[in-house]
Order: sequence, then structure tokens, then C-alpha cells
Amino acid sequence: MLLEASELRKSFGGVVAVDGASFEVAEGSITGLIGPNGAGKTTAFNLISGFLRADAGAVRFAGSRIERWRGDRIARAGLVRVFQTPRVLTKMTVLENVMLAAKNQLGEGLFLALAAHARVAKREREVRERALATIETLGLTHLVDAFAGTLSGGQRKLVELGRALMAEPRMILLDEPMAGVAPVLAEQLLDHIRKLRVEHGVTMLVIEHDMDVVMTISDRIIVMDEGRVIADGLPDEIQRNERVIEAYLGRLDSKAAEA
Amino acid sequence: MTGNVLTVSGLHAGYGDEDILHDVAIDVPRGAIVAIIGPNGSGKSTLLKTIYGLVRTRKGAVVLHAADGATTDLVNMRPSAITALGLNIVPQIANVFPDLSVRENLEIGATPIRNRFDAQFAKVSAALPLLRGMLSKRAATLSGGQRQMLAVGRALMSDPRLLILDEPSAGLAPKVQDKVFEMVKDVNALGVSVLMVEQRARQCLAVAEYGYVLEQGRNRLEGRAGDLLVNPEVIRLYLGRGSRAAAAPRE
Repeated sequence: MLLEASELRKSFGGVVAVDGASFEVAEGSITGLIGPNGAGKTTAFNLISGFLRADAGAVRFAGSRIERWRGDRIARAGLVRVFQTPRVLTKMTVLENVMLAAKNQLGEGLFLALAAHARVAKREREVRERALATIETLGLTHLVDAFAGTLSGGQRKLVELGRALMAEPRMILLDEPMAGVAPVLAEQLLDHIRKLRVEHGVTMLVIEHDMDVVMTISDRIIVMDEGRVIADGLPDEIQRNERVIEAYLGRLDSKAAEA
Repeated sequence: MTGNVLTVSGLHAGYGDEDILHDVAIDVPRGAIVAIIGPNGSGKSTLLKTIYGLVRTRKGAVVLHAADGATTDLVNMRPSAITALGLNIVPQIANVFPDLSVRENLEIGATPIRNRFDAQFAKVSAALPLLRGMLSKRAATLSGGQRQMLAVGRALMSDPRLLILDEPSAGLAPKVQDKVFEMVKDVNALGVSVLMVEQRARQCLAVAEYGYVLEQGRNRLEGRAGDLLVNPEVIRLYLGRGSRAAAAPRE
């Protein structure tokens, strides 16, 4: 297992958002994380990616215990997050946005910039090449010099995905990739997600409300409700799981029905 | 004369430039409880807000039928005017004034019928008897279930013919949810028609006579509540149709 979360717990004031959730993600898989509103999915993402610290529980990524690590350290270890609302820098171009996310950039210190000018320039060329290749993979070559602020919601998501790829991740956490994406681009985005797994071996954990999408792209599905994991299985098992159906549609044996 | 209290037809509405509702049509028969269900983002709450004039209608009709058969198209009317005509709403959140007492909340609800407060409260408290014991409490001190009861009571104080409920069970513990659905039946027993949106589709259908299922802002299914309860297509709408195994191979 590439990622293992065990007995994760997090509350905000009196509200328990994640209540002892345990789950695993196999290397090379696309795993869906679903659950009704308020199930604790995004909080679970925040705990795994180091945006929030768990009150209790453990997270293991590629063999290391990461639950006390800061977000940037987790990202450098290869676990990268893509947000529901793209965080592109609107006044920079697509290329600049993607280049920014590269690992191990030189030239940030004045000393290096002056003393090792050639090395910095070379490294920058490499980053540029790689960014252009990534942009091409995502089918955004025609928009390389466009300001990110002029892009559609779906295109911004692709840029955000490109930035995640520049960090050469082993695993990507995708928070609602399909939200706010026009249907035409949604298909493309899905293809990219599949391709990343096949061609780059990137493992993905995906929160997605569009059930047709999540059931189609996922190898396995983890279902959360009220902060706990209530089911874990193959998509068609999940679709038939009575506990899952209950979480989404409510209980069948309501007392009110008998009255 | 249709026997409806509300007839919505060909409704298009949304926020900004984007339409959320596409050609939505629903009927609420007089005296009925009608459920609107559907997965996240299906447009349920937007539909309620559009009916009540909180979201602009771009096209279509929202017709309220009075007891004498007279009809009024509510499209682009102000919410306060809609309330005065006999349609009131209980929003999902911010549905009581927390710093005011229960009684003051009810008085505000009774604004359209100000001089009949006592008579109307007698009627409302027949369905919601627990309100009688908490009149002097500050709304902020109520439990989640009590607060929802007050929100419903406040809306009923305007003496509506049709009450619209936006996810009345949201955020409540399971036992309290059951009480809320029972309360809806008690309110309906007063002769008030109810149109409700719910996340807890099955509990909602269990108290409703008729239901509509929306998907992505369109009418998807409708039928007697009992039939929808056992319709497997409803589950598919919530949990998806395809799966990896079933999906066509694609390269």
C-alpha cells in the first residue's frame, strides 16, 4: 500500500469531522473517495496532505509516517494535492504557472543567481522544457502564453494538474476534478487522469461528486459518512452496498413512515 | 380547475449567466406533501428559491392557486408579496432570529396577519405543541430540533396554504430527523400543502404522497412516493450508472 491512514480523527470545536477513519490506497491505483455532504472527505484530504494536523491517528506514505510533517515536506516526498478551486496565479501565463511548480529550482538566492548564473540558466531551461512538455501532454500548447486569468474553469484545472505533475509526484490527491468543468473538457480531463496512471504510474485518490465519473475511473471506492469509512470495495460492489445507499438516500424504515 | 395549489411549468432559472434549472415542471396537489429529491447539484434548492422569488426566473411560470380558484403567476414577484399570497418558505439555514425570543420570532412570522396572532398561534401550536412551552426562550438557546420546529412555526404564522421546506432534516441527529418528518405530517394535517426538498430521500418519500427526482436541473423521474421508494433507477441516479467493469473500453 502506498498510502495508509489509520484511525484518523479531527474535530473543529464540538464538531467531529473525521471520526476514526482508516483506509488504504494501493500503488498505481485510482481510488475514489466518496460520501454525502459533510462526510469528512475534504478534511481527510487536509489531514493526509498536511494542511491540518490530526487530533489522533497515523498516516503512512511510501513507508514513512507523515502525519506530523508539514505540507511542503509531504509534497516534496511525492504526495501532491490538486484543489477543488484551482489556485492558478491569474496574472501569470500558463507557462509561468506550470514552471513555478517545478522541484529543486535554483536562482532564488541572490548569491546563486550571481555566482552560478550559468547553472541557474541551464536549470531554468530544463524546467521550461519540462513545463512545455507537460503543457503539451495536457493539450494546452495553444494557451502557453495566455494569462491564466483568461482561462475557463476546466482549463484552469488542467493548469493546476500540470503544476502538480511538475512536482513529479508519486501520488496525487484530486479534490473534485469535475466540479465547474464544461462537459466537453470533462472528457479530456478524464482521459488525462487515466493517462497519468497508465503512462506515469501516478497513484490517485479522487474526491468526486459525479458518480458516473467516479464509478467509471476508479479501481476501488472508499465511502465515508459522518467522519467514518463505511465501505471500501469495487465500484459495482459499492453501488449495491445497502449501507452506502442508506448514507446517500436515507433510511428505508423511517418511524415516520409507519405513523 | 386543476386541484393544484401550485403549478410550475417550463421553468428556467439560474445564477449569473448560467442556467441551473432547465424546463422544470412540478405540480403540488392541494393538501398533498410533495417531495423533490435528487443528487447533489441537481437544482433542488434552486428550484425552491426560484419559486419563492429569491432566484430570478428566466422563463416559465410559477402559478399559485387560491382557495377560490383564482390564480397568480408568482414569477418576478417579491418574496414578501408571495408570502402575503399564502406561500411561505423555511430556508435550510439562518431560518430563525437567534437573538430574539421564540415569541418574537413567531410575531415576525405573523407580520402579514398581525392582528390575528393569537388565533393563528392556537392553530400552529396544535401541530407544534412544544412551542407553547418555549415562548420566552431566546432562539439561540434552542436545540437543533427545537430550532427547526420554531423555523417551521414562524413560517406557519403567516397562515400559508403551501409551505416550502428546504432540507428540514439537515444537520440533525438521526432521532431528531425522524421527529422532523413526523412534524411535517402534523403540519400537513392542519390542511397546509407541503413541498419539500430533502437529502434524505427515502425518509422524505416515506411521508410524501408524490415525488419528483431532479438531475442536473431537469425533471428526471416522478411518481407516487411509494413507487419511487422502490425504483432502482433512483439509486442509480445517486450512485452512478456505469462502473469500470461496465464501461466501454476506450483508447
